[in-house]
Amino acid sequence: MQQGQPVVERAHPGPVTYVKIAVILAIVTIIEVATYYLESFFGAALVPILLVLSAAKFVLVVGFYMHLKFDAPLLRGMFAWGMTVAIGITLAMLALYKL
Amino acid sequence: MVESALKLERARYERSALVEWLTTVDHKKIGILYFWSSLAFLLIGGLLALLIRTQLIVPDNTFLGPQTYNEVFTMHGTIMIFLVVMPLNAAFFNFFVPLMIGARDVAFPRLNAFSYWAFLFGSLLLLSSFLFGAAPDGGWFGYANLTSSRLYSPGLNIDFWVMGLQVLGVATLASALNFFVTIVNMRAPGMSLMRMPVFVWMTLVTAVLILLAFPSLTVGLVMIMFDRYFGTNFFNPAAGGDPVIWQHLFWIFGHPEVYILILPPMGMISEILPTFSRKPLFGYTFVVFAGIVIAFLSFGVWAHHMFAVGLGPVPNAVFATTTMLIAIPTGVKIFNWLGTLWGGAIEMKTALLFAASFIAMFTIGGISGVMHASVPVDYWQTDSYFVVAHFHYVLFGGSLLAIMAAIYYWFPKMFGRMLDERLGKLHFWLTLIGFNLTFFPMHFLGVDGMPRRVFTYSADMGWDLWNLVASIGAYLLGASTLLLFVNMLTTLRKPADAPADPWDGRTLEWAIPSPPPAHNFDVVPVVRGRDAFWIEKYGAEEVVGPAPERHGAESGHNPHNPHNAGSGDEAGHGSSAGHGQSAHIHLPPPSWFPLTTAAGLTLMGAGMVVHATESLASLGFPIVGLGIAMVVVSLLGWTFEPIHEESHA
Amino acid sequence: MSDGTAVGHAPQAHHTTTGISHNKMLMWAFLASDCMFFGSLIWVYMVYRGRSLEGPYPQEILNIPYTSVSAAVLLLSSLAMVLALHGIQHGNMRRFRVWLGATAALGALFLGGQYFEFTEFYHHGLSLEQNLFGTTFFVLTGFHGTHVGIGIIWLVTLILMSLFGRLSPADAERVEIAGLYWHFVDIVWIVIFTLVYLIPY
Repeated sequence: MQQGQPVVERAHPGPVTYVKIAVILAIVTIIEVATYYLESFFGAALVPILLVLSAAKFVLVVGFYMHLKFDAPLLRGMFAWGMTVAIGITLAMLALYKL
Repeated sequence: MVESALKLERARYERSALVEWLTTVDHKKIGILYFWSSLAFLLIGGLLALLIRTQLIVPDNTFLGPQTYNEVFTMHGTIMIFLVVMPLNAAFFNFFVPLMIGARDVAFPRLNAFSYWAFLFGSLLLLSSFLFGAAPDGGWFGYANLTSSRLYSPGLNIDFWVMGLQVLGVATLASALNFFVTIVNMRAPGMSLMRMPVFVWMTLVTAVLILLAFPSLTVGLVMIMFDRYFGTNFFNPAAGGDPVIWQHLFWIFGHPEVYILILPPMGMISEILPTFSRKPLFGYTFVVFAGIVIAFLSFGVWAHHMFAVGLGPVPNAVFATTTMLIAIPTGVKIFNWLGTLWGGAIEMKTALLFAASFIAMFTIGGISGVMHASVPVDYWQTDSYFVVAHFHYVLFGGSLLAIMAAIYYWFPKMFGRMLDERLGKLHFWLTLIGFNLTFFPMHFLGVDGMPRRVFTYSADMGWDLWNLVASIGAYLLGASTLLLFVNMLTTLRKPADAPADPWDGRTLEWAIPSPPPAHNFDVVPVVRGRDAFWIEKYGAEEVVGPAPERHGAESGHNPHNPHNAGSGDEAGHGSSAGHGQSAHIHLPPPSWFPLTTAAGLTLMGAGMVVHATESLASLGFPIVGLGIAMVVVSLLGWTFEPIHEESHA
Repeated sequence: MSDGTAVGHAPQAHHTTTGISHNKMLMWAFLASDCMFFGSLIWVYMVYRGRSLEGPYPQEILNIPYTSVSAAVLLLSSLAMVLALHGIQHGNMRRFRVWLGATAALGALFLGGQYFEFTEFYHHGLSLEQNLFGTTFFVLTGFHGTHVGIGIIWLVTLILMSLFGRLSPADAERVEIAGLYWHFVDIVWIVIFTLVYLIPY
């Protein structure tokens, strides 16, 4: 965050990129739902796989649709800070209650 | 002339004084509103404290009785935290943060007014419980399932507490958003982050803490509300619910809250000590980063409030470790303040006395805090008077002493009048003696096994003497607080003759007249370093020693001079220098919508309380609906209200 | 929501220290804070997950195919939202209105779906009071639904404003900020969908 110098945003992507992202999101969602029917096939790997897939969707929406990939680093830092604290506390509570 | 142009601009909004205050969006006026409201609440909270000490002055006393005692200590804690220390901090955020960063207002002036009105109405909702004989009685921490089940807490007491705190929470969050954006985004040219006054830094850190800590309280209160109103099972053991979940939610908020209460006072101290030592703050970078580290760690220590709950040895050990870690950045700050005083040309003004006593008292409270961090020691001290002694040393000996210092330091800037130093010193010594007399004996009582929150004790426990001493100390404290009010009220009747820079200050607020004009700065200052105003006065090299009589000498050849309007006789000079630019000063017009939005929000809370009554229950949801309608209409008005006048000079 | 503060002038007119407009920074700070709001609701849900003492249990009544369609509808609304923003940023007000209308309609479809899901569960005996699952499920998804509802009102307000000439391409950032809120509500649903619906009980 440079003092007095407006942060120049990189150009936002266009509709083609947006549609591409939507297609990826749709495919990931289909895979997610598919795991529901193949529960026994994935076994213990199921939960990590689901978490990774939803994290991927999360990052795609935040990065492209909310333009965080292209916006000022400060905004990225602010959101990351909130996410970090929220995830950290959730993990701590799960550790306290589920371990 | 600037003055006449501004007068013209203001004439369009010529209204009665009352309407002006009700609709103001000026950060300085809002700061003054916060100031007097929270001082009034300080009197109420203090009175409740005296009731507690009167009840405990002798064993087997029947002055209050158990139910009243529960209400009194619950309201004392809730008031002092949410209605006194936080809004007093907010008073100084409001008045001084824009001045210290060289801004003309906060980023969202109307949102700022909304924060104040929601704070005031939320406070009044909470306090109105006294009128219905149903003051909250579940402790300021409101442990479930005592508070979440109507079986254990019938009556409206807890409903008032939940709804009042929800409204206050919204006010606080709105204020934190506002100050975060203001500090990050509205700094004068040259005011880089590491040139910001430490008070501004601590305000920023506090805003971040509020943004991340308050949602946890909001969610917890929502759950208590749903358990009470809609029969949910969040904290209902019969359905598998776990009341300890509330303790987690509360302390995930509650521990950062402790730093929300103490970090701004630490910032005040970091302004006051350098001014009266005539030295720059020792180790500025360390003080700033220590504040950030404290804020970061504060989210990882909440369970040290719950050691005795039985989380198990591993969680307890983890939280004990993180808690002890916090002592490190705190210790760093204390040594930096001592380093600031060391070798300084110290001026023994009342503000400095309070600030210096803060260091000593806060250190005592900090040390007993480190004692609690050790789990075995904590088992022994939990729920005893030792804990009461500890947190009063950090909250009174820390926060409030620093706020007193800030009142003496900044009163001239806020009201244009110097507080009386002789009365001030009397106030200081009475406070310091009364405070230690009240709270130091509580260490002994706690170690001797006296439990907190019990309304009386029997004569054969051997606790008579120290309770008597503590109560006498409390009366002294009460008297000293009255002295502060006498001092302020008599001072306000005197002519406004305070100079712009009475203490030979270091930061930008001293560059403009006392009290500042509505637009703050005729010309937006350009900041050339830390202690921006000091540099303008004395050049970049630090000057230690007595100040020269006048500091306006170089204002002629520096077009960006921040102290353009110095004291009264310099005003003309300063204004003419800034004339070209000040023709374009925009002052946001007053607005009713912040007030009506806050009123609608509070009406929603009040409706929920009404819904819990026996006789008027059917009125409850209609009142909530009315509140929602009021909020929606007000927000629409807010959105479409023009915030810049159409025509402009 | 407090987005209205910069009404009446383009945000670029204001010089800010970071070059980011006040309103946009406010929204991101609010979203960071809202992470903790939903974070708290979610961790309580997760801690209570599978601890109901009596039925109906989630595995008996959750309808994964149905909710998958709902989730897809909300994801699709995010696509419509960015296309609307792209429209107004490039001065195409018609495209802006069509896509923003689509966004709001998809949001309303999602809410309608949630309404039917809730009533369906209620007929199966799941209520706020019934068990821990009902308590935590309805409160968590209910608050998410409330966020969606507020978002719809916001989007409709923007459409109406543009119809009455109160919103021009110069105000594109106001749409961007409403979009940030909308996408955030979407990503919260991505998390809820996985943690509440997909991970087997």
